Amino acid sequence: MFGEKAYLLIKELDRNRDSLPPYNTELLSEIHNEVKQLVTENQEDANVSEQSRLVENVSYVPTLKIRHAAIKRNIRCILAYHYNRLKCLKTIRWQFGSILPPEVKANLSQAEIDFFSKYSSSLMQYMRGIGDDGGVNLAVNLKPPKSLYIEVRCVVDYGQLELTDGSALLLKKNSRHHLPRTECEELIRQGVLEHVV
Amino acid sequence: MPLQTAYYPDYFAVDDILATQDRIPCTFLQDAVKLGKLNPAEEQADLKAGTNIELPLWLVADITTTRQPVVAPSLPKMYKEGNREILKADPCAVDLHKLSTHFYELGLYVKQFDPRESVAEILLQTFTLRLRFVMDLSDNTVSNPSVMQKLDRLERSVFKSGHDAKMKLVSWLKVSEMPLEAASMVVNHKKRKRVDDDLF
Repeated sequence: MFGEKAYLLIKELDRNRDSLPPYNTELLSEIHNEVKQLVTENQEDANVSEQSRLVENVSYVPTLKIRHAAIKRNIRCILAYHYNRLKCLKTIRWQFGSILPPEVKANLSQAEIDFFSKYSSSLMQYMRGIGDDGGVNLAVNLKPPKSLYIEVRCVVDYGQLELTDGSALLLKKNSRHHLPRTECEELIRQGVLEHVV
Repeated sequence: MPLQTAYYPDYFAVDDILATQDRIPCTFLQDAVKLGKLNPAEEQADLKAGTNIELPLWLVADITTTRQPVVAPSLPKMYKEGNREILKADPCAVDLHKLSTHFYELGLYVKQFDPRESVAEILLQTFTLRLRFVMDLSDNTVSNPSVMQKLDRLERSVFKSGHDAKMKLVSWLKVSEMPLEAASMVVNHKKRKRVDDDLF
């Protein structure tokens, strides 16, 4: 049956809705070959179609239509695969920040890595351009702040953290700190700190 | 990853692509030369007119809407008279997921194969009557996995957003301060990593 491999590709995407599976080069090239083969078969049959209809009374039109539908389907699946991966990659930029975790990076194709760095730099440029004084970081203050300082617990051994007032502190696992909200919001988003309520 | 849900399925909608893969029984009206391999039951080079086989919806939809349709589709079993009667009697008792994982989405496509429009009617009726049942499920914080399995994909997404909203409301009522949280993908990523570390 036509389009089975493309279906597998989309099923893989559907199974991993909240993460990026490795870029499936193998399956993609198989689909690519299927499309290529369908196109050549269609071309050959279209060339003899006129003649065979007059001489043998055989019409190739239904065959051509079916193959064409299969080509369109395969292309749709390939495009949807790439489009949805890029959408996921954009979400990753907002959630993980501008540096990709190595495990995620290993699952991307070269073109996707390029896209990520371009998207990231355009986003930074945009955020710098808002307002007059140095821009606004849109990835923080997602929830309305209630207090200037919050209590946080460190989840991993992070190391030295330098605050904007110049003082430095060591973030060790399971240590508790009372920090300005603005300083630690990004680290909370990245899962380094945990907000204690 | 927040994928497009299938209400207005666009070209890239994953749910729509999955739904259009379901097979529809149809009859060939014209000979299809060289395509005998579409019919696994017989080993012939050509497909003759009059052959009955099941084809995926994306193919059927593409070759029946033209001026000279290649195949004549018929309704899949779950939308036929017998099943419609069951759905009419008590929609909440039916295991929709077993009938079809994309019951509503598929129904939206196959309703055009039914000249009397009773499929469209039954879809609407089933959804409205079952919505209350789904809402009731999502409002009760203790969810029962066996009941969940009777929902189709669309109902599951309705259930999930209803459940999330309910949980958010409850946590907001308890503590009015919203705790800062790690991003959802970061949390998932960590869970996966832990499994990987165990392996090596």
